[in-house]
Amino acid sequence: MTTPLEVQGLGYELPGKGKGEAGSGRFLVHDVSFTVGAGETLVLLGRSGSGKTTTLKLINRLLEPTTGEVRIAGARARDLAATRLRRRIGYVIQEVGLFPHFTVARNVGLVPRLEGWEPPRIVERVRELLAVVGLDADTFALRYPHQLSGGQRQRVGVARALAADPPLLLLDEPFGALDPITRVELQREFQTLKQRLGQAMVFVTHDVREGLMLATRIGLMQQGRLVFLGTPQEFRQSDHPESKAFMAAA
Amino acid sequence: MSLWEFYARNSGEVLGLVGQHVSLVASSTAIAIVLGVPVGIALTRRPAWRAPVLGLANVFQTIPSLALFGFLIPLPFIGGIGATTAIVALVVYALLPIVRNTYTGLAGVDPAVREAGRGMGMTDWQLLTQVELPLGLSVILAGVRVATVVSVGTATIAAAIGAGGLGVYIFRGVAVVDNTLILAGALPAALMALAADGLLGLAERRFAWRAT
Repeated sequence: MTTPLEVQGLGYELPGKGKGEAGSGRFLVHDVSFTVGAGETLVLLGRSGSGKTTTLKLINRLLEPTTGEVRIAGARARDLAATRLRRRIGYVIQEVGLFPHFTVARNVGLVPRLEGWEPPRIVERVRELLAVVGLDADTFALRYPHQLSGGQRQRVGVARALAADPPLLLLDEPFGALDPITRVELQREFQTLKQRLGQAMVFVTHDVREGLMLATRIGLMQQGRLVFLGTPQEFRQSDHPESKAFMAAA
Repeated sequence: MSLWEFYARNSGEVLGLVGQHVSLVASSTAIAIVLGVPVGIALTRRPAWRAPVLGLANVFQTIPSLALFGFLIPLPFIGGIGATTAIVALVVYALLPIVRNTYTGLAGVDPAVREAGRGMGMTDWQLLTQVELPLGLSVILAGVRVATVVSVGTATIAAAIGAGGLGVYIFRGVAVVDNTLILAGALPAALMALAADGLLGLAERRFAWRAT
Protein backbone atom coordinates (compact mmCIF):
# COMPACT_ATOMS: atom_id res chain seq x y z
CA MET A 1 0.00 0.00 0.00
CA THR A 2 1.26 3.45 -0.88
CA THR A 3 1.83 6.12 1.72
CA PRO A 4 -1.17 8.49 1.84
CA LEU A 5 1.00 11.59 2.17
CA GLU A 6 4.64 12.31 1.46
CA VAL A 7 5.98 15.84 1.76
CA GLN A 8 9.51 16.53 0.59
CA GLY A 9 11.37 19.83 0.97
CA LEU A 10 8.12 21.81 0.86
CA GLY A 11 8.48 25.58 0.77
CA TYR A 12 6.40 28.66 0.10
CA GLU A 13 7.99 31.96 -0.76
CA LEU A 14 5.83 35.06 -0.89
CA PRO A 15 5.67 36.38 -4.45
CA GLY A 16 7.71 39.46 -5.38
CA LYS A 17 5.96 42.75 -6.06
CA GLY A 18 6.25 43.21 -9.80
CA LYS A 19 5.08 40.79 -12.50
CA GLY A 20 7.59 38.17 -13.63
CA GLU A 21 9.90 39.14 -10.82
CA ALA A 22 11.68 36.66 -8.62
CA GLY A 23 10.27 35.85 -5.20
CA SER A 24 10.40 38.27 -2.32
CA GLY A 25 12.89 36.19 -0.36
CA ARG A 26 10.36 35.86 2.48
CA PHE A 27 9.43 32.24 3.20
CA LEU A 28 6.24 31.36 5.06
CA VAL A 29 7.21 27.68 4.92
CA HIS A 30 10.75 26.46 4.44
CA ASP A 31 12.08 23.00 3.67
CA VAL A 32 9.38 20.97 5.45
CA SER A 33 9.48 17.18 4.99
CA PHE A 34 7.37 14.43 6.56
CA THR A 35 5.29 11.40 5.66
CA VAL A 36 1.96 10.32 7.11
CA GLY A 37 0.95 6.65 6.92
CA ALA A 38 -2.55 5.18 6.86
CA GLY A 39 -4.23 5.45 10.25
CA GLU A 40 -1.60 7.91 11.41
CA THR A 41 -2.35 11.39 12.74
CA LEU A 42 0.38 13.95 12.38
CA VAL A 43 -0.30 16.97 14.57
CA LEU A 44 1.34 20.15 13.35
CA LEU A 45 1.83 22.24 16.43
CA GLY A 46 3.07 25.80 16.54
CA ARG A 47 2.34 29.38 17.45
CA SER A 48 0.22 31.63 15.29
CA GLY A 49 2.10 32.51 12.13
CA SER A 50 4.48 29.54 12.39
CA GLY A 51 3.36 28.22 9.00
CA LYS A 52 1.10 25.31 10.03
CA THR A 53 -1.97 26.48 8.12
CA THR A 54 0.17 27.46 5.13
CA THR A 55 1.61 23.94 5.12
CA LEU A 56 -1.92 22.47 4.96
CA LYS A 57 -2.86 24.77 2.09
CA LEU A 58 0.29 23.75 0.21
CA ILE A 59 -0.77 20.12 0.50
CA ASN A 60 -4.19 20.64 -1.13
CA ARG A 61 -2.83 23.40 -3.34
CA LEU A 62 -4.99 26.24 -2.08
CA LEU A 63 -1.50 27.71 -2.26
CA GLU A 64 1.02 26.55 -4.87
CA PRO A 65 4.31 25.37 -3.36
CA THR A 66 7.31 27.33 -4.63
CA THR A 67 9.69 24.51 -3.76
CA GLY A 68 9.48 20.82 -2.91
CA GLU A 69 7.02 18.11 -3.68
CA VAL A 70 3.80 16.65 -2.27
CA ARG A 71 2.68 13.12 -3.08
CA ILE A 72 -0.82 11.90 -2.31
CA ALA A 73 -1.06 8.08 -2.33
CA GLY A 74 2.04 8.00 -4.52
CA ALA A 75 0.82 10.49 -7.14
CA ARG A 76 2.51 13.85 -7.46
CA ALA A 77 0.02 16.53 -6.37
CA ARG A 78 1.45 18.88 -8.97
CA ASP A 79 0.52 16.51 -11.82
CA LEU A 80 -3.16 16.38 -10.88
CA ALA A 81 -5.71 19.08 -11.62
CA ALA A 82 -6.11 21.07 -8.39
CA THR A 83 -9.85 20.38 -8.20
CA ARG A 84 -9.38 16.61 -8.70
CA LEU A 85 -6.67 16.60 -6.07
CA ARG A 86 -8.83 18.42 -3.51
CA ARG A 87 -11.74 16.03 -3.95
CA ARG A 88 -9.40 13.25 -2.81
CA ILE A 89 -8.37 15.16 0.32
CA GLY A 90 -10.82 15.88 3.12
CA TYR A 91 -10.56 19.44 4.45
CA VAL A 92 -11.93 20.74 7.73
CA ILE A 93 -11.42 24.34 8.86
CA GLN A 94 -12.03 26.12 12.14
CA GLU A 95 -14.81 28.32 10.73
CA VAL A 96 -16.41 25.15 9.24
CA GLY A 97 -17.61 27.03 6.16
CA LEU A 98 -20.88 25.15 5.66
CA PHE A 99 -22.95 26.54 2.79
CA PRO A 100 -25.78 28.45 4.50
CA HIS A 101 -28.17 27.87 1.59
CA PHE A 102 -27.68 24.10 1.58
CA THR A 103 -29.32 21.65 3.98
CA VAL A 104 -27.07 19.50 6.14
CA ALA A 105 -27.61 16.62 3.68
CA ARG A 106 -26.58 18.70 0.66
CA ASN A 107 -23.56 20.05 2.51
CA VAL A 108 -22.37 16.56 3.40
CA GLY A 109 -23.09 15.24 -0.09
CA LEU A 110 -21.14 18.03 -1.79
CA VAL A 111 -18.05 16.15 -2.95
CA PRO A 112 -19.94 12.99 -4.01
CA ARG A 113 -22.21 15.26 -6.08
CA LEU A 114 -19.21 17.03 -7.63
CA GLU A 115 -17.83 13.58 -8.42
CA GLY A 116 -21.10 12.66 -10.15
CA TRP A 117 -22.33 9.91 -7.84
CA GLU A 118 -25.86 8.57 -8.39
CA PRO A 119 -28.35 10.40 -6.09
CA PRO A 120 -29.50 7.26 -4.19
CA ARG A 121 -25.90 6.42 -3.40
CA ILE A 122 -25.33 9.98 -2.12
CA VAL A 123 -28.42 9.79 0.13
CA GLU A 124 -27.19 6.54 1.60
CA ARG A 125 -23.67 7.85 2.09
CA VAL A 126 -24.97 11.01 3.83
CA ARG A 127 -27.00 8.94 6.32
CA GLU A 128 -24.01 6.75 6.99
CA LEU A 129 -21.72 9.74 7.60
CA LEU A 130 -24.13 11.60 9.84
CA ALA A 131 -24.27 8.46 11.97
CA VAL A 132 -20.45 8.31 12.01
CA VAL A 133 -20.25 11.83 13.45
CA GLY A 134 -23.03 11.15 15.92
CA LEU A 135 -25.91 13.04 14.31
CA ASP A 136 -29.31 11.45 13.74
CA ALA A 137 -30.04 11.69 10.03
CA ASP A 138 -33.83 11.91 10.49
CA THR A 139 -33.43 14.89 12.80
CA PHE A 140 -30.63 16.75 11.05
CA ALA A 141 -30.51 15.94 7.33
CA LEU A 142 -32.99 18.63 6.30
CA ARG A 143 -31.90 21.35 8.69
CA TYR A 144 -29.96 24.40 7.59
CA PRO A 145 -26.60 25.31 9.16
CA HIS A 146 -28.06 28.27 11.08
CA GLN A 147 -30.32 25.82 12.92
CA LEU A 148 -27.34 23.95 14.38
CA SER A 149 -25.12 24.56 17.40
CA GLY A 150 -21.41 25.19 16.90
CA GLY A 151 -20.52 21.61 17.83
CA GLN A 152 -23.15 20.16 15.50
CA ARG A 153 -21.89 22.35 12.70
CA GLN A 154 -18.35 21.07 13.05
CA ARG A 155 -19.66 17.49 13.13
CA VAL A 156 -21.29 18.22 9.79
CA GLY A 157 -17.99 19.75 8.63
CA VAL A 158 -16.16 16.54 9.48
CA ALA A 159 -18.86 14.42 7.79
CA ARG A 160 -18.56 16.57 4.66
CA ALA A 161 -14.79 16.10 4.59
CA LEU A 162 -15.19 12.32 4.87
CA ALA A 163 -17.92 12.07 2.24
CA ALA A 164 -15.95 10.70 -0.70
CA ASP A 165 -13.81 8.51 1.59
CA PRO A 166 -10.55 10.36 0.91
CA PRO A 167 -7.27 8.64 1.85
CA LEU A 168 -6.11 11.84 3.55
CA LEU A 169 -7.79 14.34 5.84
CA LEU A 170 -6.51 17.84 6.60
CA LEU A 171 -7.88 19.53 9.70
CA ASP A 172 -7.10 23.16 10.52
CA GLU A 173 -7.89 23.80 14.19
CA PRO A 174 -11.27 22.12 13.76
CA PHE A 175 -12.24 22.48 17.42
CA GLY A 176 -10.64 25.89 18.00
CA ALA A 177 -13.84 27.93 17.91
CA LEU A 178 -15.91 25.70 20.20
CA ASP A 179 -16.71 26.22 23.86
CA PRO A 180 -14.42 24.20 26.20
CA ILE A 181 -17.00 21.52 27.05
CA THR A 182 -18.04 20.86 23.47
CA ARG A 183 -14.38 20.91 22.45
CA VAL A 184 -13.41 18.15 24.88
CA GLU A 185 -16.48 16.16 23.81
CA LEU A 186 -15.54 16.38 20.14
CA GLN A 187 -11.88 15.66 20.83
CA ARG A 188 -12.83 12.43 22.62
CA GLU A 189 -15.18 11.37 19.85
CA PHE A 190 -12.61 12.26 17.26
CA GLN A 191 -10.10 10.01 19.00
CA THR A 192 -12.35 6.97 18.63
CA LEU A 193 -13.45 8.05 15.18
CA LYS A 194 -9.94 8.19 13.73
CA GLN A 195 -9.17 4.70 14.99
CA ARG A 196 -12.27 3.42 13.24
CA LEU A 197 -11.63 5.24 9.98
CA GLY A 198 -7.98 4.50 9.37
CA GLN A 199 -7.46 7.65 7.30
CA ALA A 200 -4.17 9.47 7.30
CA MET A 201 -4.61 12.86 8.95
CA VAL A 202 -2.74 16.09 9.33
CA PHE A 203 -4.17 18.03 12.25
CA VAL A 204 -3.15 21.63 12.86
CA THR A 205 -3.46 23.09 16.33
CA HIS A 206 -1.79 25.48 18.74
CA ASP A 207 -3.26 23.63 21.71
CA VAL A 208 -0.52 21.36 22.99
CA ARG A 209 -2.90 19.25 25.13
CA GLU A 210 -5.09 18.58 22.13
CA GLY A 211 -1.97 17.73 20.13
CA LEU A 212 -0.66 15.26 22.70
CA MET A 213 -4.08 13.63 22.98
CA LEU A 214 -4.67 13.06 19.27
CA ALA A 215 -1.23 12.69 17.72
CA THR A 216 0.55 9.59 16.54
CA ARG A 217 3.39 11.98 15.84
CA ILE A 218 3.88 15.64 16.53
CA GLY A 219 5.55 18.05 14.15
CA LEU A 220 6.54 21.29 15.79
CA MET A 221 6.72 24.34 13.56
CA GLN A 222 8.57 27.54 14.24
CA GLN A 223 8.99 30.41 11.79
CA GLY A 224 8.09 28.27 8.81
CA ARG A 225 10.38 25.37 9.66
CA LEU A 226 9.67 21.96 11.11
CA VAL A 227 11.93 22.05 14.15
CA PHE A 228 10.82 18.80 15.76
CA LEU A 229 9.16 15.62 14.49
CA GLY A 230 8.49 12.67 16.76
CA THR A 231 6.03 10.76 18.94
CA PRO A 232 4.20 12.54 21.78
CA GLN A 233 6.49 10.69 24.17
CA GLU A 234 9.58 12.05 22.41
CA PHE A 235 8.00 15.48 22.29
CA ARG A 236 7.56 15.53 26.07
CA GLN A 237 11.24 14.76 26.51
CA SER A 238 12.52 16.98 23.71
CA ASP A 239 14.96 19.65 24.82
CA HIS A 240 14.28 21.96 21.86
CA PRO A 241 13.48 25.35 23.42
CA GLU A 242 10.19 25.65 21.49
CA SER A 243 9.07 22.17 22.62
CA LYS A 244 9.88 23.13 26.16
CA ALA A 245 7.96 26.37 25.81
CA PHE A 246 4.92 24.40 24.63
CA MET A 247 5.25 21.75 27.35
CA ALA A 248 5.47 24.50 29.93
CA ALA A 249 2.15 25.85 28.62
CA ALA A 250 0.41 22.46 28.85
CA MET B 1 -62.23 68.05 -14.96
CA SER B 2 -61.22 65.69 -12.19
CA LEU B 3 -58.52 63.08 -12.52
CA TRP B 4 -61.08 60.24 -12.47
CA GLU B 5 -63.11 61.80 -15.23
CA PHE B 6 -59.92 62.21 -17.25
CA TYR B 7 -59.05 58.55 -16.81
CA ALA B 8 -62.58 57.45 -17.66
CA ARG B 9 -62.60 59.43 -20.90
CA ASN B 10 -59.09 58.50 -21.99
CA SER B 11 -58.79 54.94 -20.68
CA GLY B 12 -57.44 53.60 -23.96
CA GLU B 13 -54.68 56.17 -24.17
CA VAL B 14 -53.80 55.80 -20.48
CA LEU B 15 -53.39 52.06 -20.78
CA GLY B 16 -51.27 52.52 -23.90
CA LEU B 17 -48.93 54.92 -22.11
CA VAL B 18 -48.71 52.68 -19.04
CA GLY B 19 -47.78 49.82 -21.37
CA GLN B 20 -45.09 51.90 -23.05
CA HIS B 21 -43.75 52.94 -19.68
CA VAL B 22 -43.59 49.39 -18.37
CA SER B 23 -41.88 48.20 -21.53
CA LEU B 24 -39.27 51.01 -21.36
CA VAL B 25 -38.46 50.11 -17.74
CA ALA B 26 -38.60 46.34 -18.19
CA SER B 27 -36.46 46.18 -21.31
CA SER B 28 -33.83 48.62 -20.04
CA THR B 29 -33.58 46.87 -16.65
CA ALA B 30 -33.34 43.47 -18.35
CA ILE B 31 -30.53 44.70 -20.60
CA ALA B 32 -28.76 46.29 -17.64
CA ILE B 33 -28.93 42.98 -15.73
CA VAL B 34 -27.54 41.04 -18.70
CA LEU B 35 -24.67 43.53 -19.04
CA GLY B 36 -24.15 44.50 -15.41
CA VAL B 37 -24.11 41.17 -13.59
CA PRO B 38 -21.24 39.72 -15.66
CA VAL B 39 -19.31 42.98 -15.23
CA GLY B 40 -19.87 42.81 -11.46
CA ILE B 41 -18.66 39.19 -11.45
CA ALA B 42 -15.59 40.17 -13.48
CA LEU B 43 -14.74 42.84 -10.92
CA THR B 44 -14.54 40.21 -8.16
CA ARG B 45 -12.01 38.29 -10.29
CA ARG B 46 -9.99 41.36 -11.37
CA PRO B 47 -9.79 43.68 -8.35
CA ALA B 48 -7.65 46.16 -10.32
CA TRP B 49 -10.62 46.92 -12.59
CA ARG B 50 -12.91 47.79 -9.71
CA ALA B 51 -12.06 51.45 -9.17
CA PRO B 52 -12.03 52.51 -12.86
CA VAL B 53 -15.22 50.61 -13.78
CA LEU B 54 -17.25 51.74 -10.77
CA GLY B 55 -15.84 55.24 -11.26
CA LEU B 56 -17.01 55.33 -14.87
CA ALA B 57 -20.46 54.06 -13.90
CA ASN B 58 -20.56 56.76 -11.24
CA VAL B 59 -19.72 59.44 -13.80
CA PHE B 60 -22.60 58.26 -16.03
CA GLN B 61 -24.87 58.54 -13.01
CA THR B 62 -24.02 62.20 -12.60
CA ILE B 63 -25.10 63.21 -16.11
CA PRO B 64 -28.55 64.86 -15.85
CA SER B 65 -31.04 62.58 -17.56
CA LEU B 66 -32.44 65.24 -19.88
CA ALA B 67 -28.90 66.06 -21.00
CA LEU B 68 -28.09 62.39 -21.59
CA PHE B 69 -31.20 61.99 -23.76
CA GLY B 70 -30.03 65.06 -25.67
CA PHE B 71 -26.49 63.75 -26.13
CA LEU B 72 -27.78 60.47 -27.52
CA ILE B 73 -30.06 61.97 -30.17
CA PRO B 74 -27.34 62.70 -32.78
CA LEU B 75 -25.61 59.32 -32.38
CA PRO B 76 -26.11 56.70 -35.10
CA PHE B 77 -27.77 53.31 -34.27
CA ILE B 78 -28.28 53.91 -30.55
CA GLY B 79 -29.51 57.48 -30.88
CA GLY B 80 -32.25 59.39 -32.64
CA ILE B 81 -35.79 60.15 -31.59
CA GLY B 82 -37.80 57.38 -29.95
CA ALA B 83 -37.77 54.43 -27.58
CA THR B 84 -34.34 53.01 -28.54
CA THR B 85 -32.54 56.13 -27.36
CA ALA B 86 -34.57 56.18 -24.16
CA ILE B 87 -33.74 52.55 -23.43
CA VAL B 88 -30.03 53.17 -24.00
CA ALA B 89 -30.09 56.05 -21.52
CA LEU B 90 -32.08 54.05 -18.96
CA VAL B 91 -29.58 51.17 -19.26
CA VAL B 92 -26.73 53.59 -18.58
CA TYR B 93 -28.42 54.68 -15.34
CA ALA B 94 -29.36 51.17 -14.25
CA LEU B 95 -25.83 49.79 -14.71
CA LEU B 96 -24.22 51.37 -11.65
CA PRO B 97 -26.48 49.93 -8.94
CA ILE B 98 -26.50 46.51 -10.62
CA VAL B 99 -22.73 46.31 -11.20
CA ARG B 100 -21.97 47.66 -7.74
CA ASN B 101 -24.39 45.35 -5.93
CA THR B 102 -23.25 42.30 -7.90
CA TYR B 103 -19.71 43.05 -6.84
CA THR B 104 -20.71 43.76 -3.23
CA GLY B 105 -22.95 40.69 -3.07
CA LEU B 106 -20.26 38.30 -4.25
CA ALA B 107 -17.49 39.98 -2.26
CA GLY B 108 -19.65 39.70 0.86
CA VAL B 109 -19.78 35.90 0.76
CA ASP B 110 -18.15 34.54 3.93
CA PRO B 111 -14.49 33.81 3.08
CA ALA B 112 -14.71 30.56 5.08
CA VAL B 113 -17.55 29.37 2.83
CA ARG B 114 -15.50 30.19 -0.25
CA GLU B 115 -12.41 28.50 1.17
CA ALA B 116 -14.41 25.40 2.07
CA GLY B 117 -15.85 25.28 -1.45
CA ARG B 118 -12.45 25.54 -3.07
CA GLY B 119 -10.98 23.14 -0.53
CA MET B 120 -13.65 20.57 -1.41
CA GLY B 121 -12.57 20.76 -5.04
CA MET B 122 -15.17 23.03 -6.63
CA THR B 123 -14.13 24.67 -9.87
CA ASP B 124 -14.34 28.44 -10.15
CA TRP B 125 -17.54 28.07 -12.20
CA GLN B 126 -19.14 25.73 -9.65
CA LEU B 127 -18.19 28.07 -6.85
CA LEU B 128 -19.72 31.00 -8.73
CA THR B 129 -22.97 29.35 -9.77
CA GLN B 130 -23.62 27.14 -6.73
CA VAL B 131 -22.27 29.30 -3.93
CA GLU B 132 -21.43 32.91 -4.73
CA LEU B 133 -24.42 33.85 -6.92
CA PRO B 134 -27.07 32.17 -4.72
CA LEU B 135 -25.58 33.73 -1.59
CA GLY B 136 -25.14 37.14 -3.23
CA LEU B 137 -28.55 37.07 -4.92
CA SER B 138 -30.30 39.09 -2.24
CA VAL B 139 -27.78 41.94 -2.56
CA ILE B 140 -27.89 41.75 -6.37
CA LEU B 141 -31.70 41.99 -6.23
CA ALA B 142 -31.40 45.04 -4.01
CA GLY B 143 -29.40 46.65 -6.83
CA VAL B 144 -32.01 45.64 -9.38
CA ARG B 145 -34.68 47.13 -7.12
CA VAL B 146 -32.90 50.48 -6.89
CA ALA B 147 -32.27 50.46 -10.65
CA THR B 148 -35.94 49.70 -11.41
CA VAL B 149 -37.36 52.33 -9.10
CA VAL B 150 -35.02 55.02 -10.46
CA SER B 151 -35.81 53.86 -13.97
CA VAL B 152 -39.58 54.28 -13.49
CA GLY B 153 -38.97 57.91 -12.58
CA THR B 154 -36.37 58.63 -15.25
CA ALA B 155 -38.52 57.02 -17.95
CA THR B 156 -41.06 59.84 -17.55
CA ILE B 157 -38.43 62.18 -19.02
CA ALA B 158 -38.10 59.88 -22.05
CA ALA B 159 -41.30 61.46 -23.38
CA ALA B 160 -39.16 64.52 -24.16
CA ILE B 161 -37.44 62.59 -26.95
CA GLY B 162 -40.57 60.95 -28.26
CA ALA B 163 -40.26 57.61 -26.46
CA GLY B 164 -43.78 57.82 -25.06
CA GLY B 165 -44.70 56.57 -21.60
CA LEU B 166 -46.43 58.40 -18.76
CA GLY B 167 -44.15 61.41 -19.20
CA VAL B 168 -46.32 62.37 -22.17
CA TYR B 169 -49.06 63.55 -19.78
CA ILE B 170 -46.58 65.24 -17.48
CA PHE B 171 -44.94 67.25 -20.28
CA ARG B 172 -48.33 68.08 -21.78
CA GLY B 173 -49.60 69.19 -18.36
CA VAL B 174 -46.56 71.38 -17.79
CA ALA B 175 -46.95 72.95 -21.25
CA VAL B 176 -50.62 73.86 -20.73
CA VAL B 177 -50.32 74.44 -16.96
CA ASP B 178 -52.85 71.74 -16.10
CA ASN B 179 -52.28 70.00 -12.77
CA THR B 180 -54.78 67.25 -13.50
CA LEU B 181 -52.84 66.28 -16.59
CA ILE B 182 -49.53 66.27 -14.66
CA LEU B 183 -51.11 64.08 -11.96
CA ALA B 184 -52.54 61.77 -14.61
CA GLY B 185 -48.97 60.90 -15.56
CA ALA B 186 -47.30 61.18 -12.18
CA LEU B 187 -49.73 59.10 -10.13
CA PRO B 188 -49.49 55.83 -12.09
CA ALA B 189 -45.71 56.29 -12.34
CA ALA B 190 -45.49 56.63 -8.56
CA LEU B 191 -47.68 53.57 -8.04
CA MET B 192 -45.55 51.64 -10.49
CA ALA B 193 -42.40 52.57 -8.57
CA LEU B 194 -43.97 51.49 -5.28
CA ALA B 195 -45.13 48.19 -6.78
CA ALA B 196 -41.68 47.43 -8.22
CA ASP B 197 -40.10 48.34 -4.90
CA GLY B 198 -42.46 46.07 -2.97
CA LEU B 199 -42.22 43.06 -5.26
CA LEU B 200 -38.45 43.15 -5.65
CA GLY B 201 -38.14 43.73 -1.90
CA LEU B 202 -40.06 40.50 -1.32
CA ALA B 203 -37.79 38.60 -3.71
CA GLU B 204 -34.77 40.11 -1.98
CA ARG B 205 -35.87 38.86 1.43
CA ARG B 206 -36.74 35.44 0.03
CA PHE B 207 -33.08 34.93 -0.94
CA ALA B 208 -31.45 36.41 2.15
CA TRP B 209 -29.62 33.45 3.71
CA ARG B 210 -28.89 33.61 7.35
CA ALA B 211 -25.19 33.49 8.16
CA THR B 212 -24.03 30.95 10.69
